Parts: sequence; structure tokens; C-alpha cells
Amino acid sequence: MLVPVKWLKEYVDIDIDTKELADKMTMSGSNVEAIEEVGKDIEGVVIGKILEINTHPNADKLVIVKVDIGERQLQIVTGADNINVGDYVPVAVDGAKLPGNVKIKKGKLRGEVSEGMLCSQDELNISKSVIPVEQRDGIWILEKPYPLGKNLLEVIELEDEVIEFEITSNRPDCLSMIGMAREVAATINSKLKYPEIVVKESEKNSSDEIKVVIEDTKGCKRYIARVIEDVKIEPSPQWMQRRLANAGVRPINNIVDITNYVMLEYGQPLHAFDADYIEGNTIVVKAGKSGEVFKTLDGVNRNIKDNMTMICDINKPLAIGGVMGGEESEVTSKTKKIVLESAYFDPESIRLTSKQLGLRTEASSRFEKGLDVNATKIAADRACQLIEELGAGKVLKDAVDVNLPQKKEEHINIRPDRINKILGLELTYEEIGDILNKLEIEVKYNSDNTIDVIVPSHRVDLENEADFAEEVARIYGYDRIPSTMATTDIVAGAKTNAQNIEDMTKDTLTAMGLNEILTYSFVSPKGLDKIRISENSIKRNYVKLLNPLGDETSVMRTTLIPNLLEVMTRNFNRKVESFKAFELGRIFIPKVDSTDQLPHELLNLVIGIYGDGDFFTLKGIIEGLFKKLGIKGHTYEVEKHHPTFHPGRCGNIIYEDHIIGTLGEIHPKVMENYDITTRAYCAELDFELILQLTRLDSTYVPLPKYPAISRDFAIVLKDDILVKEIEDIIVANGGDLLEEYKLFDYYKGDQIPEGHKSIAYALTYRHRERTLKDEEVNAVHEKIINGIQTKLGASLRE
Amino acid sequence: MEKKLRELLENAKTEIDLADSMDILESTRVKYLGKKGELTQILRGMGSLSPEERPVVGKVANEVRETIQVLIENAKAAIRDRALERQLESEVIDITMPGKEIELGNKHPLTQSFDELKNIFIGMGFKIAEGPEVETVYYNFDALNAPANHPSRDMSDTFYINDDIVLRTQTSPVQVRAMEKMKPPIRIISPGRCFRNDTPDATHSPMFHQLEGLVIDKGITLGDLKGTLEVFVKAFLGENTKIKFRPHYFPFTEPSAEVDASCFKCGGVGCNFCKGSGWIELLGAGMVHPNVLRNGGIDPEEYGGFAFGMGIDRLTMLKYGIDDIRLFFENDMRFLKQF
Repeated sequence: MLVPVKWLKEYVDIDIDTKELADKMTMSGSNVEAIEEVGKDIEGVVIGKILEINTHPNADKLVIVKVDIGERQLQIVTGADNINVGDYVPVAVDGAKLPGNVKIKKGKLRGEVSEGMLCSQDELNISKSVIPVEQRDGIWILEKPYPLGKNLLEVIELEDEVIEFEITSNRPDCLSMIGMAREVAATINSKLKYPEIVVKESEKNSSDEIKVVIEDTKGCKRYIARVIEDVKIEPSPQWMQRRLANAGVRPINNIVDITNYVMLEYGQPLHAFDADYIEGNTIVVKAGKSGEVFKTLDGVNRNIKDNMTMICDINKPLAIGGVMGGEESEVTSKTKKIVLESAYFDPESIRLTSKQLGLRTEASSRFEKGLDVNATKIAADRACQLIEELGAGKVLKDAVDVNLPQKKEEHINIRPDRINKILGLELTYEEIGDILNKLEIEVKYNSDNTIDVIVPSHRVDLENEADFAEEVARIYGYDRIPSTMATTDIVAGAKTNAQNIEDMTKDTLTAMGLNEILTYSFVSPKGLDKIRISENSIKRNYVKLLNPLGDETSVMRTTLIPNLLEVMTRNFNRKVESFKAFELGRIFIPKVDSTDQLPHELLNLVIGIYGDGDFFTLKGIIEGLFKKLGIKGHTYEVEKHHPTFHPGRCGNIIYEDHIIGTLGEIHPKVMENYDITTRAYCAELDFELILQLTRLDSTYVPLPKYPAISRDFAIVLKDDILVKEIEDIIVANGGDLLEEYKLFDYYKGDQIPEGHKSIAYALTYRHRERTLKDEEVNAVHEKIINGIQTKLGASLRE
Repeated sequence: MEKKLRELLENAKTEIDLADSMDILESTRVKYLGKKGELTQILRGMGSLSPEERPVVGKVANEVRETIQVLIENAKAAIRDRALERQLESEVIDITMPGKEIELGNKHPLTQSFDELKNIFIGMGFKIAEGPEVETVYYNFDALNAPANHPSRDMSDTFYINDDIVLRTQTSPVQVRAMEKMKPPIRIISPGRCFRNDTPDATHSPMFHQLEGLVIDKGITLGDLKGTLEVFVKAFLGENTKIKFRPHYFPFTEPSAEVDASCFKCGGVGCNFCKGSGWIELLGAGMVHPNVLRNGGIDPEEYGGFAFGMGIDRLTMLKYGIDDIRLFFENDMRFLKQF
């Protein structure tokens, strides 16, 4: 909401500077987003009248203009093509200063003397968005004669400060100058001065010229029509144009400008119809007909629905009530007679209409928030007053006012004690009452220590005690409320066990050199195609968005792998050579057969690497994590059929009969789908299961007192025998004495037969209560080696 | 005999002085002090001495032996020292060469912000609550007193799964869930993902992060909200940070406030960073609306409370000077490694 300070001062006395006012307003709830100074840095610009326009001998696009500036005439070369002899224009004379540090000097343009510059509005720092259309690309043509040679700033009020307020959605009353003036008055303890409205009316009665019927009593609660004859469409005066422009509204013509001016002043949108288009001298407010097409004044055909409130005459629609007028009945330069509408439309209905049409206008956005039903009449009268005062037309006597029964004034009972308790203050009843009075809220003190309040009709937001507590607090001053600490019983703050495990997981993985990534919870359904998940996989049972931004983000993820691969691709394309990352995030699984229930949200952990490292790096990361989390007793099983992974380099991590997750090298076809031309490895783990398996309660085991004995062996065996098979035998035969076994060498090549491999283990034996004898160890060690030889057909390498 | 011993000592001294290796020193020792060494040879003649002479010569002989031993040990030590010195000299490295990097990973900057905030609030007695990302319209809007026609409910603002289910647009639904589950006194924070129907650009993201806070107990006041948030902001941004509470509007709190902190770059004088105002908008807060308390099964006549919420993406961007929110979700390793 843009509020020009000079305009504001018309309704309230302000004796502090704008900066201080802005700070105070911010603290009372009207947050100031910016203060803009307009019309600044202009010097030496005077009123001139164009006497002659001659062609430039050396340039087609320039003209030589003779300008009368009172005491003398100037020759000015200009490129403007919107000027005519007799026009009044702003002239920057020799030595003038314009915004943006522009200095005007006498000089020659293509050989011809130019003693100054004719100014456009743009050059005087008026925002392009509010310059009248016909002057946007040319010189500012003033709308009437002004004294020649007078300083522009003396005759036209260009200089002002404009405060931009952030108006919260509960305060539609603040979307007006008077609304803001009320806030200012309450904030700085000043007095509000409402405009004095006296309308000079002609003898003719409005009611003889127009009748109003409200059929759609749901959509429209009040409709006021006033008739204006002998309308003369012309530009509005500069004071009005400047105020509108500073408030962000482009001046158009006197009638439109007046309706906009009153809308900005009181918050009430008005609409003017060309009365000659209204058949039967009757306005009928009624529900629209579905299927009907109506052309609004922006030239667009709109599909009308039966819930929309239409303003019609006896034969046809004239406007979509509260949203936009029709093209036909629009006021034009030829309009002679108008019907001015000021109405109260139902907020819900306007909102729905605006949504259905995809059309949000200044009017609709105001109606849908809820307006002051009492402002309807005042605004109509105010507009008529201005029309008459500006000589834009003759106002007929009285208004035609169809006013349906309104909601009664609300009396609300509030308890000052309770308000003090909420705020942590100890205000007296009178102090509270005084604050409410400042906001035009009437109060009545009751004998039972309560206050009855009557809410003014413009305050649609005040409903209960808490609302009044806020009113008291913001006018009293949030900054004056003492800061205290809640004196509740001290409770220890803490993370839950699961939150601890999540944090520990992130700490462990980052310590191992992985970076944490965060990716969108919604994904493209194509992601599953790219990772080659089959058509009938349950992973394709998604939670779907009704209104996604696009296909790319249209379903909730059921796996974290596609997002990971996309992040990998992005990094790979950006020449990041080594990639190690993880994401701990949720997947979304719909509950079976019940779309009306929230889906399961399950934590998954995905880990991915490329560049530095291989399958066993990935496996090492997982093992490191599991060790940290105290997860034991899991095994790895070869997985040959997971479509996302290399069939020879993939495994499932198994715990009892659960799959904790899958790890492997990404299948070359998947890599091709993501355009990554290196090998990459990835694991996806069920973190909900990890949470269950985590055991953080470690107990101390005394350090060994007796020495260990180490024995190594190397064996040659067939390639397709898994290391796990060897280790199963080591464990089965090692008994209590075997403390540790470690694969320390793996070899293929020279000296090893084709299709075979050499594997070497270091075994550590120890007895916790005594020193072991060689013979004891030898016996166990031989048992192990024998087992491996006989069961796996391995031969011992000497 | 005594003279012989003295001569022997002199000879040994000369040899030891000349010796330049451990081997020579060892053979010198054997030559003089060994079983068949010169000293032993001389001492064999002890028998021919008178009983009076014997102790005198014996004493001298011992002195000579000890002296030679000490001299040899010293000479050996000197040689070892010289050898060590040579070794150390030969082992000089260029310590300005780069260290061997042990690669560390980083938590996502948003996670780091959450961690920091969680630690502060845990220290203030808050527990951490969680809620679903896919949420009911009831918890996301209705229970939070959002007007039925509030524009935030529009499909242009909120992602819908069906008429009753949305992607939560804020972490506030956790408020009502927490009230339903816990008994006052309640002190929770709830960090998490939120979603709004915004096309991504430098300052908008359809997915973003919030941290919600809720305190419910008897006799909670607006003053308590101010006090609590002041403690938090000072812990988060520094002891000298100033705070401004401005009235604002949220459907689920009344009275409501927006909280600004003095700019942590310029300290409040005004700079580019705070757009000259000296203040940074930090969070929204307020006293829990009686309707919200009722929806959570809490009697507003008996209990009161306050809630607050902040956008973590924006805070993190401010903290690190990140100018594009999309960087958070691109996950470029070179970006993530900076934090």
C-alpha cells in the first residue's frame, strides 16, 4: 500500500518527520517496507508554451521549437513528436538540474542552437507505470494553462514522500488513506479529520433515471447508484493526477480518476457505467447464466457461471459484479451520462468468481477481503462531490440505495484481567479502554470487571478477546512489554533416540569424507524408468500431486536413487572428479487401498560415489557406519537381478530375514540414461530398520593380558567361490581361540591357474586367561585349513 | 709398576682420541681392558709386589681402568651424536610442501543451521518433535485457524494430493499434533521440510525448510515469548544483538509478532546486506490462538502458550551470503564443501 504523505496529512495531523512516523507505524503493526522521495532533485524547470514547431535543417527526426517562458522565448531542439503548438509543457532551462544528476546546458544540436529541454514525465522521475499512456513516450503535456515561466514545482505538487506499507491480510481497512490515517492517529495520538462531504445536486431525481433491483441477495448486500449528467470527459487536475501517480495508479480521465481516488481514499471500489448503454433504465443484480460469454473491458471474453454476481440491465449483462465492467458500457470520451455504482459484494462469492475467471482486479482483491458496508454510501457521495467540484458533470438528486438488512453491530465482552494475563502487563481498565477508544472501538465498563466493546464496521478482523489483546498490545507498544522467562518447571531438552542415531549417521558419514545432499521430496515418475525399475514394481505406487509444478516434480519419491543419480550427473557434467555423498531422507509409500489416509513416510539412506573408490570403498563406508551404530550379525548376499545394478557387482545386506538394503555398481544402462561416463556405486538402505538394529549401549571388555599368536595362510581356489564361504569355515572351526581373521591378500595372474584366485588370511588366536601353546593353535589352524581344502577344493600355497 | 700403569693410561688416551669409529673404540677397549689386555698383563705382576705396595698399586690400577672405561664410553657417545647429527641433516624435508589431505565430508549447510538451532533450543529445555511432510488439510490449515477462504489454501499456493491432503506449507501443523500427543507443559521445536507452489528462482523454492517452536503452560505471557526469543537470538547471533518485536498477523497466533534482529553484518547501522535498515527479519511468532489450543484439546482458559517459526533457507543464505536458494538443492560438491 503506497501512501503519499501529503495526501495522508489531509486526514490526520502529523507533527513528526516521515522517518519517525514510519518507525512508529512499524511498531504499531503497519510495517514500513520503504520510503520513497518523489519529485526530488529538480531545479530550474519552468512552465512553457509552444509557439512554433519547425523542421530541423540537418535532421529528420528533430524539430526546432519556439517556447514562450514568460519573460522570454527560447529556441529548443527536440526529438519529441507528441507536441502541438499551444501545448503547455515543462521546460528545463539553461542551468537546470534533473533527477539522476542531469544538468541542462545551452548548446547546439546538429548545428542548431538549443536553449534548454522539454521534459517528459520520465525525465522528472515519474515512474513509467503511472505515466498516462499517451504521454509515455513523449513530452509531458500539461492539461491546462499555467502561468508561463513559473517554476514547475510551485504550480504542480511534484515533491512528496511515499511510504510503502505492508498490509496484512486481516486488515483490508488499511488499504485506504483514511484507514491508514486512523492507524496514524491511534499511533501518534493525533486527531482524525474525515473529509467533509457535501454534494451539490441538481433538481432532477436519480430515482427517475435509474432503478435498482437486487435479485442475487447472496452475492450483493447493498447497491447504490447515482446518476451524473452532462459529463465532460477530460484529464483530471494535476493535484489529483499526482496523488494517484504517487499511490501507484495511472491517471486516465477525470471520471476514472475520481473513482480511483475515492477507492484509494475510502477503500471502496466504484464503477461508472455509460448510462446510454443501460436499457430500461434499470440495473438488475442477479446470478449469471452458465454458458454465457461476456466481454470485459479488457477485451477478453469471459465464461460466466451461475455462482457469479452479474450487473445487468433489463436485457443484458453490463459487468461482472465486483470484478470487472463490460467493454460495451465502459465510459469513453464520448460518454454524456453515467451511472455510478458503489456496492457491497459478498467476499466469498467474489473470491470464487475471481478464481474461476483467473481474473484478479484491484476491485475484486478488495471485495474479497471484506469491506466496510457503511463506506458504500459515503464513497458514492464523495465521488459525486468530486465530480461536481471538478466540473466533470451534474449530479442528480439523491442516491438510489438498495440496502439489504445487514449483520447487527457486534457487542463483544472482554476481560481486562485476562488481557493483562496474556500480555504480561498490569494495565487499568481505563488504560485499556482508552487504547480501544483511539481505534474507534466503543467501550462500556461493566460492574463485573469486564468491558463491552462495539467494533466499528470497518474492522472486520476483531472477533474475540485475543484480538483485542493484540490491539491493546500494539498501541501500548510491544517494545514496552517487559521480557520475562516462562517460569515453568525445568524439563531437560533432548533429542529422541532416533534423532540421535540420525545425527550420528550424518556425523560418521561426513567423517568418512561424504557430503550430505538434500533433494526434493517430489520427483519425476520417469526417474524409475531411468533406473530400470519394472513396470509393475510397487515402487511405482506413488503419492501423486494434483497440481505439480511440472512432470519433473509430480510424484512423491519412493526411492532416493534417481535424485542421487541426478546430483551425480550434475556434478559429473561440471567436471567434479570425485564424488562421495549421501542423503538421509523420507520416501512416501501410500497406505494400501486408502488414499484418504496419509502415506507412510519412511527414512531411507542413500550413498553414492564415483571417481575415487569402488564397490569395496562403498562397502567399507557401510561397514564403518554399521560399526559405529553397533549393528552386527548382518550378511551380504549376491544379488544378480536388481535392474539398477551391475548383475555381477551387487548385493543385498541381510539381517535375519530382513533386507537392510542393496549396494552395488550402477548398471551401465542406467549410467547411460544419466549420461555419466564413469563407473559409479550406490547403496540404498532402509533407515527405519537401521534405527531398530542400532545398539549404542557398548560395554567395556578388559584388554587382553595374555599374548596372541598369529598364523597366516594363503590358498588357491576357484574364482566363483565367495570369500564368504571361506570365512564361514574359518568361523565354524575357529572356536573360542580365534580372535580375529583378516583377508590381507587377493591375487590373480601369474603362477595362479586360469579361473582361480589366491586368497591370503591372517588369523589371530588368543586365550583370555592364559598364554596359548603353539600346539593348541596349530591344531585349530590346521582344522580350519583342512576344512577349506576339503569343502572348497582349495589348495594351500606354500 | 705404577709407572707402567700410568704409561698405559697415556697410550690408551691417545688411541681413544684418535679413534673415529665404534669398531676402533671396541678394539681399543679389548686391547687395554680385555681378558688378555694390557692392563691384565700388568696386573699379573702384582704378585711380585710387597704387601704394602699392593693396595697402592691396586688402587692406581682401578683408577686407570675406570678412566679408560669412561673415556671410551664418552668417545662412543660422541660418535653416536655425530652420526645422529649427520642423519638428521640428511633427513631435512621441505615443510612447506602440501600436507596429505584426509578428506572430510560436510553436512549440508541447511543441516548445519538446524544443528546449531537445535543445540540452542535443547539447552533451553526444548524437545524435538517431528511431523509428516504429507499432511492433512485439517492439521495444515483448519486446526491452525486459517480462514476457509484464505488464499494460502489455493492450488496456486499449496500442493494438493487430494481435497483433504496436502504437502505441508509450514511446520506449524506439528503444533496441534504435539498438543494432541503431549500434556502441558509442552516445550518443543520441530524442524522440517515444507512445500509451496512456487516456481524456483533465486529467492523461491517449491521446497524449503522451517523450524517451529511451541511452548504451552499455565500463565504464559507475551512477555515470556519476548524473553525466550531474546535468549535464543543472542545465543544464535551474538550477545550484542538487538531485537525488535513488531505486531503482525498470522491466523494461528493472536497477538502476533514479527521479530527482527539487528543486522549481524553491520551491527545495526545499515548496510547493503540489511538494505540500509539495520534490521534483518528473523522469525514470526505470537501467542497461540485460543481456537488452535482448543483444536489441540487444550483449554485456553487454563493454559496459554506461544509459538514461533523461522525460515531456515533464508537464514542460512543470510549467514553465508548465498544469493540463490537453488544452490541448496543442486548439491554441487564444490558448493557443499564450502561449509
